[in-house]
Amino acid sequence: MRLANRVVPFLLLAAAAMFVRAPFMIEAAPIESTMGVIQKIFYFHVPSAAASFLGAFVCGIASAIYLWRRSRTADHLAVSGAELAVVFGLIVLVTGPLWARKAWGVWWQWDVRLTMTLVMWMIFVAYLLLRRFGGPGSEVLSAAVGVFGMALVPFIYVSVNYWRTIHPNTNVVRSLPPEMSEPFRWAMIAFMLLFAALLIVRTRLEAGRAALEEAYVSLED
Amino acid sequence: MSRWKIDRRKLVATLAGVAMTLVLCASSLVLAQEPQNEFKPMTEVPIETLPAMPLLYIAYAFVWVALLGYVFMLWQRVGRVERELAEVNEKLRSARR
Repeated sequence: MRLANRVVPFLLLAAAAMFVRAPFMIEAAPIESTMGVIQKIFYFHVPSAAASFLGAFVCGIASAIYLWRRSRTADHLAVSGAELAVVFGLIVLVTGPLWARKAWGVWWQWDVRLTMTLVMWMIFVAYLLLRRFGGPGSEVLSAAVGVFGMALVPFIYVSVNYWRTIHPNTNVVRSLPPEMSEPFRWAMIAFMLLFAALLIVRTRLEAGRAALEEAYVSLED
Repeated sequence: MSRWKIDRRKLVATLAGVAMTLVLCASSLVLAQEPQNEFKPMTEVPIETLPAMPLLYIAYAFVWVALLGYVFMLWQRVGRVERELAEVNEKLRSARR
């Protein structure tokens, strides 16, 4: 953990530098032929979604480990992953409708991809509320919620390929021309660096809270 | 008396969480387009005007504000917990002496 804490400033610095350069690269990227300039939301929308899914995976896997071994570190990681899934998920749920308003003419469509993303986000909000107000023993219950939240991610990812939807499918990323894929990859790396830094700091906060709780118990004794 | 004592901060946080979820769900319902139930003829064809740039700027501004806000909030929380932990540890040390 100490090593991870030392890495945080470098991760944050690298992410900040990349975030500062990203708008210039996105501005220079060509305008998409069907959607026009609004398609440029893609460069932050998709990396946010990837970070949100990653948060869900971290929470789900750490929750499964917690259920199996009752590891406190896994529990701290699970809370951190859930909170990051909510933060990045909120970005996805705000930027998506802004994109949809211009591209589809509506703010929201109740199609599989959008609805499942909203449901997943709400599951992780429920996870965090459960952790905060669930009282003693809520760790186990919320761990089960976290595993279910993670289980949605693969379905959300493939949903656009198997169900009828107007949301672009997963092939658009693979088929990007180099002048579009370069800013996309740049933004993706920036989001991943930021995600890693935030995950470390959030886990440190959770460990600090647990230590504080123990210290208060010792003080009372 | 203590049985019904309500932690105000927890109550505000719960209400804020519930309100945020409700707003997000309700906004999707309210903002969804109504189905068309009649066709009316018109003489002048309007120019389609839904500029993309404001939506794009709002999206990017939101991303920046959300991320910077979260980083700031996280730093505040870490600082608060570590300060409190140091204070409690100090009390523990003096109690042991």
